[in-house]
Amino acid sequence: MSNRSIGQNGPTALVFHTLFTAFIVAPLLVIILVSFSDKGYISMPFDGASLRWYQAMLEAPELMSAFWLSVWLGLGSATLATAVSVPAAIAIARYRFIGRDALTALLLSPLMVPHVVLGVAFLRFFSLMGWTGSFTALLLVHALIVVPYSLRLTLGAIIGLDRDAELAARSLGASRWISFRRILFPLILPGVVGGWVLAFIQSFDEVTMTVFIATPGTTTLPVALYHRVALLTDPVTTAVSTVMIVGTMAMMFILDRVVGLDKVLIGKK
Amino acid sequence: MVETTTRSKGQQWVLSFPALAMFLGLLVVPLALTAILSFNAFDAMRGPLEEYTLSNYVEVFSDGYYYELFLRTALMSLAVTVVCILLGVPETIILSRMRPAWQGAFFVVILGPLLISVVVRTLGWSILLAREGFINNALSSLGLVDRPVQLMFSMTGVIIVLTHVMLPFVVISVWSTLQKLDAQVAHAARSLGAGPFTTFRRIILPQLLPGILSGAIIVFTLSASAFATPALIGGRRVKVVTTAIYDEFLSSLNWPLGAAVAVLLLIGIVLVVVGSNRMIERKFKQVFA
Repeated sequence: MSNRSIGQNGPTALVFHTLFTAFIVAPLLVIILVSFSDKGYISMPFDGASLRWYQAMLEAPELMSAFWLSVWLGLGSATLATAVSVPAAIAIARYRFIGRDALTALLLSPLMVPHVVLGVAFLRFFSLMGWTGSFTALLLVHALIVVPYSLRLTLGAIIGLDRDAELAARSLGASRWISFRRILFPLILPGVVGGWVLAFIQSFDEVTMTVFIATPGTTTLPVALYHRVALLTDPVTTAVSTVMIVGTMAMMFILDRVVGLDKVLIGKK
Repeated sequence: MVETTTRSKGQQWVLSFPALAMFLGLLVVPLALTAILSFNAFDAMRGPLEEYTLSNYVEVFSDGYYYELFLRTALMSLAVTVVCILLGVPETIILSRMRPAWQGAFFVVILGPLLISVVVRTLGWSILLAREGFINNALSSLGLVDRPVQLMFSMTGVIIVLTHVMLPFVVISVWSTLQKLDAQVAHAARSLGAGPFTTFRRIILPQLLPGILSGAIIVFTLSASAFATPALIGGRRVKVVTTAIYDEFLSSLNWPLGAAVAVLLLIGIVLVVVGSNRMIERKFKQVFA
């Protein structure tokens, strides 16, 4: 049954919808258009388009190194987050135990704790431990804050799964590990991969926490972009942003293919 | 119904050990250290001192500056929440009435920006809102204003951009309650002679309320914790709690005071989340049952 039965969209609704969509799309569209301008200031490309700002971006070493740092950071932290979330998700989904709710709440808590507070906490922690400027330390805390995304999608895949195949394998003499590797893991793989991609995107985009702990050697792309935009809005920043928008759209396409975008965005349980 | 959970023999702790160790070592310990730091004394010449004091909290609570800061942040988050609901709820209802193909396409358009870095979205708005930007140009060429409207470095600008950032969360949470809505009840109301407005106010809206409220909590807390948008759009003119913490840590270098403000922000957010969840559960028991 469709919810269309609660009514039809009249002309007012369609005008509202058009304005709403324009509001959502406008800032992104403006960035993409401005990035193709051939002027030295923020302007529309209609009276002269060029790729000079993409050229300028490729020739800016601080932006390129920030880009690659963000890529490696995203790959590493998403992988680490997935590696710890999959067994934790199995524990939460498959066992009843005291502390289960508390464990779930703890592992999802980075969603609630303001990232500014996390940034402050890691700044203090790193300076006490002597980890300031360490890529490994940055990777560890990025993994921590993206665990909730990986955990939620993995949990979603395990809950609602039929256990019969696994129980059959076990009763036929398969070990716990074999039944996980051959039965459970292939079944939850789409959820795990979806969680990994979402974790990568969240790590790649993170700015609020990272801006506190980034050092000249560990500046991520969003942090570099943030500092640049805070000084001036030049067309190079729009070229970088366009690359980030297109990259995110490519990831969204993958997510849609693997798990379905509605599951990721709306979180159907 | 097949039993899907297993009685524990301790394997659950083996399985969750890596995640648990990570969270205890890298989340609980740093947060505890920050809480301790907030009780450290501070000397402008020597930095944080090893002695413990309540002076940072006394300073925050007695200085009108911090009172205003927290009040401004709360009012800003409230304004963003109200605007998000006024725009997001009608839009979600409109979406629910579309054909599935259109629905899918507009979901990607409306929810997709969630995955795009907030710095990128804010940059787009700073281009639109600038003094010589596209919004001011459009307004003056339409003859609506004589001189450019100051949107950058203003509270209005910050609220506009935060609304853009937060709207998808309202759409998501209202959508999930809308899925449980029984269209037959609305039909019955209409066939018994209720007008579309009465049906909406008396039948549809009460059923949507839990979704609207949970969306409101998400928007309020995320707005109060937002950093990049108020920092880039509001600048020094519109200071909020998060940008003040940033300045305390990276400009004034008074870490203990910054830590005290951060601890208060965290407590405030936890209180809002826990308090409003309690309220919702009490009030809407019958809806969830």
